[in-house]
Amino acid sequence: MESLAVQMVRVLDDAQHACGPWNPHLEATDLQVGLRYMLLTRIFDDRMQRMQRQGKISFYMKSTGEEAVSVAQAMALQPGDMCFPSYRNQGLHIVRGRNLVDLMCQCLSNTRDMCKGRQMPIMYHWGSGNIFSISGNLGTQFPQAVGWAMAAAIKGEDRIAASWIGEGASAEADFHYAMTFAEVYRAPVILNIVNNQWAISTFQGFAGGEHRTFAARGLGYGIPGIRVDGNDFLAVYAVTQWAAERARKGSGATVIELVTYRAAAHSTSDDPARYRPRDEWRSWPLGDPIDRLRSHLIALGEWSQERHAALEKELEAHVVSCWKEAVSYGTLTQGPKLDPVTMFDDVYAQIPPHLIRQRARLQAMDAQGSPGVAEDRRVLDREARFIAKEV
Amino acid sequence: MAHMNMVHAINSAMDIMLERDPRVVIMGEDIGFFGGVFRCTDGLQRKYGEQRVLDTPIAEGGIVAAAIGMGVNGLKPVAEIQFADYIYPAFDQIVSELARLRYRSAGEFSAAVTIRTPCGGGIRGGQTHSQSPEGIFTHVCGIKVVMPSNPFDAKGLLISSIEDEDPVVFFEPKRLYNGPFDGDPEKPAVPWSAHPQGNVPDGYYTVPIGRATVVREGGEVTVLAYGTMVHVAEAAVRLAGVDAEIIDVRTLAPLDVDTLCSSVCKTGRCVVVHEATRFSGYGAELVATVQEECFWKLEAPILRITGWDTPYPHAFEWEYFPGPRRIAAALREVMTAA
Repeated sequence: MESLAVQMVRVLDDAQHACGPWNPHLEATDLQVGLRYMLLTRIFDDRMQRMQRQGKISFYMKSTGEEAVSVAQAMALQPGDMCFPSYRNQGLHIVRGRNLVDLMCQCLSNTRDMCKGRQMPIMYHWGSGNIFSISGNLGTQFPQAVGWAMAAAIKGEDRIAASWIGEGASAEADFHYAMTFAEVYRAPVILNIVNNQWAISTFQGFAGGEHRTFAARGLGYGIPGIRVDGNDFLAVYAVTQWAAERARKGSGATVIELVTYRAAAHSTSDDPARYRPRDEWRSWPLGDPIDRLRSHLIALGEWSQERHAALEKELEAHVVSCWKEAVSYGTLTQGPKLDPVTMFDDVYAQIPPHLIRQRARLQAMDAQGSPGVAEDRRVLDREARFIAKEV
Repeated sequence: MAHMNMVHAINSAMDIMLERDPRVVIMGEDIGFFGGVFRCTDGLQRKYGEQRVLDTPIAEGGIVAAAIGMGVNGLKPVAEIQFADYIYPAFDQIVSELARLRYRSAGEFSAAVTIRTPCGGGIRGGQTHSQSPEGIFTHVCGIKVVMPSNPFDAKGLLISSIEDEDPVVFFEPKRLYNGPFDGDPEKPAVPWSAHPQGNVPDGYYTVPIGRATVVREGGEVTVLAYGTMVHVAEAAVRLAGVDAEIIDVRTLAPLDVDTLCSSVCKTGRCVVVHEATRFSGYGAELVATVQEECFWKLEAPILRITGWDTPYPHAFEWEYFPGPRRIAAALREVMTAA
C-alpha cells in the first residue's frame, strides 16, 4: 500500500497503449467523451485568455496541461458528489454540463453573472451542479470539503466530497486541518493534490516536495496516499474511481497526488519567463494529456486525425458562438450593466438598517458619483428607519 | 536624489537595510528569485543571496511564525504577505504572539518583525485582492501600524519600521505603487516623477513613526486621510473649493493626536476619509479622538467618508470607492452645517 504513495500509477505507456493493473477498461465512447471535454476546456481557456488580452475581461487563469485532472476525475465521480475546487478546475464545470455562456458571463461580470459582479473572473460556483464557490484565498476549501463529507456521513447519504489543492497551497495550515479531520472522522472525501510543479514562481520544492512525494503525506496521517500520472486520462480516472469506492463504502479518505505541469502562466498577471526557462513548457513532463488520449484512441482504431480536426473546429465554433451570446448580456465596460445597488444584497440574509442607508446614499448619486438631494442625512435616517421597520 | 515610484522606494529601503544591518532578512512568497509579484524585492536575492532573501512556502501563518522565531533569535525579519487579503492565516501569530510577546514575557523576549503587505482596491482585484484591513490591526495592542501615501514617506517609514524595536505592520496602498492616484480612473495615470514626493534620496534616511504630516494647509476644515485617500482628498478639496487642511495620518498606531487635533481645533470642522469599510473602521477611532480633544471647538458634526460596508465588488469598484465627489459633498455638508 505504501508504495502507491511513492511510485506513480500509469496506464498509458510511452506508445500510449493501455496496460497494467490500473487499466479502467473504459469504453471507447467514454474515452471520446473525455477527449471532447478536455479539448473543450483547452479551447475555452485559449479563447478567454485572448479576450483578456483584448481587454474584454480583467483577468484569467488557464488550466492548460492539467485538463485530465478535472475532466477524468469529474467523470469518475457521481453527479451528486460535491466538488470543492481550486481556481484551475474549470474542467469540472465542463464535464457536469455547465453552459459555457454562464462561465463567460461570470468572467465578464455582466448582467447574467452568477456572482452578480462581486468576484474576479474564474471564481465560479454552481449549486445545482454540486460545485462549490471559489474563494480566491488558497487552501481554504480543503478542510471545508472534509466537513461536507462528514455531514454526508452524519446524514447517512452515500454522496462523497472531493477537493483540489495545488501542491504550493499544501503548505497552508488548512491542508493539515483537512488531513487530520479526514482521518479522525473517517470522512468520505477525496483529497487531491494537484502537483503542477509551479506555485507562481516557486517550484514544488518550496512546498516541501523535493525529497518526499506529496502523496506520502497521507501516510503520516494514516490516510492512504496514491501518486498518479496526472496527464494520463486513464490512470487519473482509475485512481479516482478507486478512491471514490473506498469513500462510498465507508473506508474513509484518500489522498491523490496528480503529477502534472502548469504549461501556461499562473494567470494573465504573470510572466513565467522571469523564473523558468522560456521553453520549459515545450518539454512538458509526462506529455500533453490531450495528445496522449488522442494517440491512444487512434491506436485503438477509434479515432482519427480527421475526426480530431473536425472536433476542434466544432468546439471552436461552439465557444465563439457562446462568447457572442455572453457579451450580448454586457461586458465590464459596455452593453447592459448590473445595477450597482445590488452590491448591498447578500452581505446578510436580510439587509440591515445601516446598509439600507448606505444603499440609499448610493442610489441618490448622479452618474458622476456626486451625491444628490437625498444626501441630506436626516432624510436618509428617516427613510432607513422606515425601511427597517418594513423589513 | 532620484525619481522613484513607490515600488523603487520600498525596494531601496530594504536594499539599504540589508546592506547596513546584517541582522535584516527579507522573506515571503515569490519575493526572492522572482522579485515579488509587485517587484518590490526585485534584485535583492541576486545581491544578498538566498540566506538573507528567502522565498517561502505559501503559508502566511508559517511566514509570520518563522519571522517571530528569527526575531527572537536576534534577526530583523521583513516579511511580505503578498496581498493584505491573504494575511488572515497569520492572524493568530500576529495577534496572540507577535503583538504580545514582549508583554507576556515582561520584556525578556521580543521580535522586531516588520510585515509588509499591499492593500487597497482600484485594480480590479475583487474581494480577495482589494481589502484595507488596517483597522483590524490598529485594534491590537503591541503592534505599530503604518501606511505611507508616497515614495518619500514609504522609504523613510519602512527604514524606521525595520529599525523599530516593536513589530510593525506596514501597509502599501497598491494603487499608489506607480503614481499618485486621485480617485478618477478615467484620467490618464500620473507618474511619481511628476510629484514632489517622488523625489527620493538614494541613501539612508528615516521618516519617524508616530508623526502625521500636513499635506495641505487650510483654515476652514480638516480632512484626515491616509494612503491612497490622501490624494483623493486633495482632488476633493479642489472640487469643493474649500480652504481645507489635509492631514496624512501616516502612522495609524501610535497616533499623532497633537497634529490632528491642533488642526481640528483651528478649523473647527473635520471630515475623516478611508477606503476601508465604515462600521468599526479606523475612522471611528479618529472621530472619537477628535471629539474628545476638540469638542468645544467643533462647528459641525464630524463626517466619515469610507468604502461601503460590503466586500469589495469586482464590477463596481468605482461605485464602491469613496471617490472625490463623495468627499467633496461631505466637505460642503460640514461647511454648511449650523
